[in-house]
Amino acid sequence: MFNRKFQLASGKVVVARPSKIPLISLLMIVLIAIALQVTKFSFTTLLLNGHQFFVILRGMLPPNLKFLPRIWQPLFDTIKMSFLGSLLGALLAVPLALLAANNIVRSKWIAGFFKFFLSILRTLPTIVVALIATFIFGLGTMAGTIAIFMFTVSYVGKLTYEQIEALDMGTFEALESLGLTRLQAFRYGVMPQILPTYLSTTLFSFEGNLRYAAILGYVGAGGLGIILSEQLGWRDYANVGMILTVLIVTVSLIEWLSQTARRKLQ
Amino acid sequence: MDNLLEAKLTAQPSKKRQYLLLVAVILAVFAWSLTAIKFRAPDDGGAKIAANIIRGILSPDLNLLWNFTSQGVFYLLFETICIAFLGTIFGAILSIPFAFLMAPSVVSRPVYILTRFLVVVIRTVPALVYGLMFVRVAGPGPFAGVLTMSLTSIGMVSKLYVDVIEDLDRGILEAMDAIGCTTWEKIRFGIVPQLIANFSSITIYRFDMNLRDATILGLVGAGGIGAPLIFAMNAYRWHQVGSILIGLVALILIVEIISNKLRAKLVNG
Repeated sequence: MFNRKFQLASGKVVVARPSKIPLISLLMIVLIAIALQVTKFSFTTLLLNGHQFFVILRGMLPPNLKFLPRIWQPLFDTIKMSFLGSLLGALLAVPLALLAANNIVRSKWIAGFFKFFLSILRTLPTIVVALIATFIFGLGTMAGTIAIFMFTVSYVGKLTYEQIEALDMGTFEALESLGLTRLQAFRYGVMPQILPTYLSTTLFSFEGNLRYAAILGYVGAGGLGIILSEQLGWRDYANVGMILTVLIVTVSLIEWLSQTARRKLQ
Repeated sequence: MDNLLEAKLTAQPSKKRQYLLLVAVILAVFAWSLTAIKFRAPDDGGAKIAANIIRGILSPDLNLLWNFTSQGVFYLLFETICIAFLGTIFGAILSIPFAFLMAPSVVSRPVYILTRFLVVVIRTVPALVYGLMFVRVAGPGPFAGVLTMSLTSIGMVSKLYVDVIEDLDRGILEAMDAIGCTTWEKIRFGIVPQLIANFSSITIYRFDMNLRDATILGLVGAGGIGAPLIFAMNAYRWHQVGSILIGLVALILIVEIISNKLRAKLVNG
């Protein structure tokens, strides 16, 4: 009905399909209007009260340097938590990824089950896992490590099984036909192909975890978050500014290190 | 023949030393990290709580789950979707200028280095802190959540947008120059069509993530399903926790499936 027809010089008739853009735009406008209503969004409040945003920001500057000595311990706790959680999580992710990969496990049911398991694990918000862990293991770094561990398993596991499923299994078959055992064929045919990506995924998730670990203290799971929530509660924004400065410097440093390492891997 | 194969095999560069070094470094840092964690097997209380949690999650509070008023799981999830949706849209719009200012092929070196630094700062400040700042602006509620999500989305979205901008095919623009297109035409028919599919795909991906992260907003009273969930947990009402979690997990799984389908379609045409 909306098709436009063009007659070319050769006499051939070409049909241009109608663009979907008007429909999509209409849908988006309706959805945005509904969402604006539900969230009670108001541009006037934003304009009138927007300067309030900078009140806390201005309080943070300049950061209180005297607070620095109290930051090191929780900062190292945060780094240790995210390192330990990422390392152990990445290790456990390997067997789970292999079990979830269709081309390694012959049974569709087993692979499907592990895929579903990884999805569910990935869906659970890390902050909720951390809170539950504090109930079970008590307040402290152990709970935070567990939360990071669970997230890393699901994240690295998912990306790794996708990587394994995209593999060229020809090499594996060729090695098997040469008389290598399945394990040997895996060692020489599959591992070299997935190792670089696996390591780089792990490093990437470590970077992200570091950032996340800084929040976990808010629910009592150890690290920088504890002093962050404490200082926010006391409205001592100069100290908050110092914590954030240290966090930004650390995260940039580790990100830079890990990016260099990842470039070497590829 | 065999000798030839043998020679090829030994010619393979040995990475043993590299790997040994890597393993040594990892083990050293691992040992260092262990010092921070006090390993504690859950005591009797912990085990009892764990059992309660599992029992609660497996027998969710059905009244709360199938409740369609503004306190029910459905409305809370709907509100969370709205927060994540608006936050993603605004974040994506804000990311476009940031992305162009971060692209080495568009702006000069000092500008993109400065913008990149700014984005790292925006990305690293925890969402909680923004949440508190915006609660001052908008008062507690979903409005503050939208503002927070808009700001936290910028970090990742603009970083991914930059890669797309850097991958632009400049030959097309040259060709359009050659046939005499104006700047506006070049943007409309040369640049936008190249960007829009990947930009949309990135935005949809971020929506997925925002939906997951929306729980955090509840900690500072910025709306969504996070606050009721955390209240219920702190009050040990595990049946309610169960019904909220089931709703949240189901929602995120459904959205993930839809968004994967949409993104595959967008990128592959």
